[in-house]
Amino acid sequence: MIVTKNLRKSFGSHEVLKGINQHIAKGEKVVIIGPSGSGKSTFLRCLNLLEEPTEGEIIFEGTTITDPSCDVNKLRQQMGMVFQQFNLFPHKTVLENITLAPVKVKGIAPEEAEAQARKLLERVGLPEKAGAYPSQLSGGQQQRIAIARALAMNPKVMLFDEPTSALDPEMVGEVLELMKELAREGMTMVVVTHEMGFAREVGTRVLFIDEGIVKEENSPDEFFGNPQNDRLKDFLSKVL
Amino acid sequence: MEWLNTIYTSFYNALIPEQRYLAYLSGVKVTLLVALFATILGVIIGILVAVVKVSAKNSRNPVMKALSAFCGFYTTVIRGTPLIVQIMIIYNLVFTSRDSNEIIIGTVCFGINSGAYVSEIIRAGIESVARGQMEAGRSLGFTYIQTMRYIILPQAVKNILPALGNEFIVLVKETAVISVIAVNDLTKMASFVGSRTWDILPPYLIAAAIYLMITLCLTMVLRYFERRLSQSDRH
Repeated sequence: MIVTKNLRKSFGSHEVLKGINQHIAKGEKVVIIGPSGSGKSTFLRCLNLLEEPTEGEIIFEGTTITDPSCDVNKLRQQMGMVFQQFNLFPHKTVLENITLAPVKVKGIAPEEAEAQARKLLERVGLPEKAGAYPSQLSGGQQQRIAIARALAMNPKVMLFDEPTSALDPEMVGEVLELMKELAREGMTMVVVTHEMGFAREVGTRVLFIDEGIVKEENSPDEFFGNPQNDRLKDFLSKVL
Repeated sequence: MEWLNTIYTSFYNALIPEQRYLAYLSGVKVTLLVALFATILGVIIGILVAVVKVSAKNSRNPVMKALSAFCGFYTTVIRGTPLIVQIMIIYNLVFTSRDSNEIIIGTVCFGINSGAYVSEIIRAGIESVARGQMEAGRSLGFTYIQTMRYIILPQAVKNILPALGNEFIVLVKETAVISVIAVNDLTKMASFVGSRTWDILPPYLIAAAIYLMITLCLTMVLRYFERRLSQSDRH
């Protein structure tokens, strides 16, 4: 579904990604872990071109999206993204947050978009918050709405950029639960996280990114049970 | 009590004979129309200039860079020269025919002037919106322009509404300068009345009172809108 070839990204003279080759298949749940500043978020943000790669190729469903002729906006409609800071639109109600893109970008009729949004709210367990503004919601609720907003575009893949890192500990569970449900329904997911429990339970493959390269990748059992790379062993001993 | 009577007569003469109050009213109409249309023009110019400047910052497109340089030149010149000189230049450069519509003259002069100031206000407003908002919009498939229109600008305007409203109020007062190019605004009409009655002070006092009333009303309207727009801030 997504293939990256020798993906590199520099900010000024600082090279953050030093050549990443990955193949993410349909239905996979790829979990990316690693120390802060290792480039894992940058890698994720390159996938929907929020960061423009300096070098290398990204191919999404057979289309080379790093090609300048690729319609980035069309591409992004097929990739949902969830941010650490939620990034809900504070001037819009929950319902408007969810319907805005389907109506304005896809051109879906407002009534239809609203019906779909209400179903999504049902699904994320917040049907009663349709008329609320983001500032009236807790962090966990905001993040669940942000997931609903991304799902409203019917994406083929969901990218999660540390979705629980900005949450109070007691709210982490509700968001992870929703993500697990999404995974069970077969959504292709790429998740950058520090939640090792989630990686172990939900991931079909876990990547360890450090110093801009993938230092180890494996099934969760092998990854956590039998790590090979010394840097990974060290990392796991500190976080587990 | 003689002096009280004198004052009464002065103001009576400045207002009533020959239906002079109508002169002020027509002046107010011109002042308000010029201020309103100039604000609209100023906001349109301001948004365009601000969006060009902000987008050019992260763009390598040479056209954008050139546009941005032009916008920078425009704001520098407008903010660095006196308004009255600008009016004289625009008036003599563009409106050479004597029968040009005075509302249009005023709108163009003040719109161009105000646009430079408004663009700086709006630019500050755009930059006050969190960076994640642009990313969230783009990640959903909105184009840059759509994200600006539906997500960034509405929030920016909310943040800068006090400053923007203030600019409008300033404009209402500044339009008084337009009387130098024979536009019959409130100030000009006051001076007409004064030259008829040979008593220049009362008409200007009346004009000042009217300006004050207008700005006070506008301040109230502005407060109302600020309250309405802060709805989404409730906790």
